[in-house]
Amino acid sequence: MPTPSRYWREIPQRYRLEAGKCKNCGFIAFPPRLVCPRCQSRAFETITLADAGKIVTFTIIRVPPQPFSDQAPYAVGIVDLDDGVRLTGQIVDCAFEELKIGKRVKIEFRKVYEEGAAGVIYYGYKFVLE
Amino acid sequence: MEGIIGYGACIPRNRIKVEEIAKVWGADAPSYRKGLLVEEKSVPSPDQDTITMSVEASKLALKRAGIDPKEIGAVYIGSESHPYAVKPSGTVLAEAIGATPDVHTADFEFACKAGTEGMFVALSLVKAGQVKYGLAVGADTSQGAPGDALEYTAAAGAAAYIFGREKIVAEALETYSYTTDTPDFWRREYQYYPQHGGRFTGEPAYFKHITGAAKGIMEKSGLKPADFQYVIFHQPNGKFPFRVGDMLGFAKKQIEPGWLVNKLGNTYSGSSPLGLTATLDIAKPGDLILIVSYGSGAGSDAFVLKVTERIDEVRDLAPKTRELLDKNKNYLEYGAYAKFRHKIRKAE
Amino acid sequence: MRDVAVIGVGMNKWGELWEKSLRQVFTEAAILALDDAGIDKIDSLIVGCMSSGLFVGQEHLSSLLADYLGQVPVPAARVESACASGGLALRMGFIEVASGMSDVVLVGGVEKMTDVNGHEATFALGTAADQEYECYHGITFPGLYALMARAHMEKYGTTREQLAMVAVKNHYNGSLNPLAQYPFKVSVETVLNSVMVADPLRILDCSPITDGAAALVLCPVELAKKFKKPVVRVIASGMATDAIALSSRQDITWIESTFHAAKKAYAMAGKKPEDIDLIEVHDCFTIAEICVMEALGLVEKGKGGKAVQDGLTSLQGKIPVNASGGLKSKGHPVGATGVAQAVEIVKQLRGEAGPRQVKDAKIGLTQNMGGSGGSSVVHIFERD
Repeated sequence: MPTPSRYWREIPQRYRLEAGKCKNCGFIAFPPRLVCPRCQSRAFETITLADAGKIVTFTIIRVPPQPFSDQAPYAVGIVDLDDGVRLTGQIVDCAFEELKIGKRVKIEFRKVYEEGAAGVIYYGYKFVLE
Repeated sequence: MEGIIGYGACIPRNRIKVEEIAKVWGADAPSYRKGLLVEEKSVPSPDQDTITMSVEASKLALKRAGIDPKEIGAVYIGSESHPYAVKPSGTVLAEAIGATPDVHTADFEFACKAGTEGMFVALSLVKAGQVKYGLAVGADTSQGAPGDALEYTAAAGAAAYIFGREKIVAEALETYSYTTDTPDFWRREYQYYPQHGGRFTGEPAYFKHITGAAKGIMEKSGLKPADFQYVIFHQPNGKFPFRVGDMLGFAKKQIEPGWLVNKLGNTYSGSSPLGLTATLDIAKPGDLILIVSYGSGAGSDAFVLKVTERIDEVRDLAPKTRELLDKNKNYLEYGAYAKFRHKIRKAE
Repeated sequence: MRDVAVIGVGMNKWGELWEKSLRQVFTEAAILALDDAGIDKIDSLIVGCMSSGLFVGQEHLSSLLADYLGQVPVPAARVESACASGGLALRMGFIEVASGMSDVVLVGGVEKMTDVNGHEATFALGTAADQEYECYHGITFPGLYALMARAHMEKYGTTREQLAMVAVKNHYNGSLNPLAQYPFKVSVETVLNSVMVADPLRILDCSPITDGAAALVLCPVELAKKFKKPVVRVIASGMATDAIALSSRQDITWIESTFHAAKKAYAMAGKKPEDIDLIEVHDCFTIAEICVMEALGLVEKGKGGKAVQDGLTSLQGKIPVNASGGLKSKGHPVGATGVAQAVEIVKQLRGEAGPRQVKDAKIGLTQNMGGSGGSSVVHIFERD
């Protein structure tokens, strides 16, 4: 079982969607980083991402990786948030037939997976149809 | 002056009907419906728990309160289904809303009144001037043992309240708690499902403590049932709130707006707090509201609230509770329900 | 920079090689390459392997494999770029010879994937994606390519049948390859009825889990002329990176890293897409082959599906793609793939490809890719 540090470190991103906006060119880095990939500037300010957007593409995972073995089948998509940032995340609480490219979704705080019956519970952002 | 400055609810989309549960256990659905006055209950999705629902309810409360979460000085979640046995739920909530690190956090537990306990403490800290804003949530993803009467009503939901001294939506005029040691419903450590004393959970438990708290607070505040526009009692089933209301001298129409259990089920620590959110959704400035919770073990917390003008400004800033209750429902069959509620034994 | 030639190639039969350890699998293929070149001593070793640590708990492959090949104390390096590890190993070997640093360099690729269960294999492969912002949310590699497939189908009208045709073509070619893991033919119907893995991709759209290795011997062209086999030169090496997360790409239906790597390679070789006689591409999933065809400039953006349908890329087509059977039929021992692609091209250019032989093959290209397009390596070969 991995130590909790790798999960805990990403909490500002997973719980609050904290990102870094380049002070020079406006590029939004999520997760935040040290060097802007667009203009190589090192100056960033902390911002929060938009909490809604539209589906760019999606799939239904039927053969899941281990931590998600209980959850399959589930939908995962790439969403274009209203501020232009793209996120990968599960799309939940809907019938698969309802999923279409272009539909609007909003972010909800959900459980992502658990490390078995005795391990840490991992939380984060998921999408629900608006 | 102190009181509620923001409120929010979270109700999962999934529902299961009483008929569906009765079918599996060979029980008589119509008599359950009639006896409990419950038609269906909410079921959390596998990725929802007390913490996730608390976060969503709190976000809506923040929308209505319109404050900077960094100024919240206390964050409490009251539940009997905290995800961890040891590790606070409140800290996840505090991080998720951005209240950390300058915040006091604790998890509350007292069967179904853990929510109002948190509310009582948050309110008191604000009243004492100890914190500027206090957030308290009542949330549960309660479990009913398969085939047991409680399986028909054990539901999931969360209600969040932010307390403060400015921009008040409902002033807290009075609080009162009535407590005894009464083992009517309990769950021992390492047991998966709770146990209860059958009919013992009625008169010596629910009715005694709710009437005790209601009478106590009305005496303390010099108010009568007729003075209140609305009253919300803890809702373990559809009948008890009307019966205790009748015993105390309240009319049906005072109880109805906050009476959600017939479509929601019993959300345990979320029960009366959710009923209060639905009531605030329709209350008018000047209305007096009485809320009396009940937690097995046993005790009741009572609050007298007076709605202010500000309710008209904040009510529409977030979805109304009846909308969350009535719209966008997803009905489950028992199999899916059992899978979602981890009632199926799987390989280690 | 010196001109570089390939003087030896080697590849063993790929599959679930239960009796063989990673060391054994690698050494077998390496020996075949040494024998093909007719040498027994090398100056340097470059190994491409994605994840020996996760699959068999073994790192330090540079020395381990140099030792098992009997070449200690030669310098050695193990390189990694997810599924492009093999192609990257070739590139590093090419650079080492071209720069004059070493004369005879053995480039090998290996992956031993069957010593772990399915879940662990999926985890190991998942390390090619963004662990915290893709894998954390439950995505898998078929899932990532399924996201690309759906977007490509929506944007360009690529059909499910066209995707299946890639698998059909590659399995047909693979049925002619005695070293392929799955040398059987499939029909469009079989593909479309196979079990769904990540909508819309089915199991027959996906390359398999494989044990295998491949190796090449490189040397300067001057030296090559002394060896027995026809001289095949490596006339270009191009490599490009991109953000590894699919959500970071501007256009998720387009593989930018392949475009850049190919651009550099074409420029270095002084060639255009039309000049290439045959290509080995990274068809980890059927959609990948279609996107790569477009990024390599073989067809216009969005027209990849139609080109496959029209037979442009079949063995008898204008520009055969994956004459070896591709990853789909030949197998995909991750680190070995990039090297095996080069082995096929060299064999084809020498006229040694038997029933898979593409007539008059003079110039061949390999494209090897990591993850969902986070890295791409393109090499161009020309027969003297």
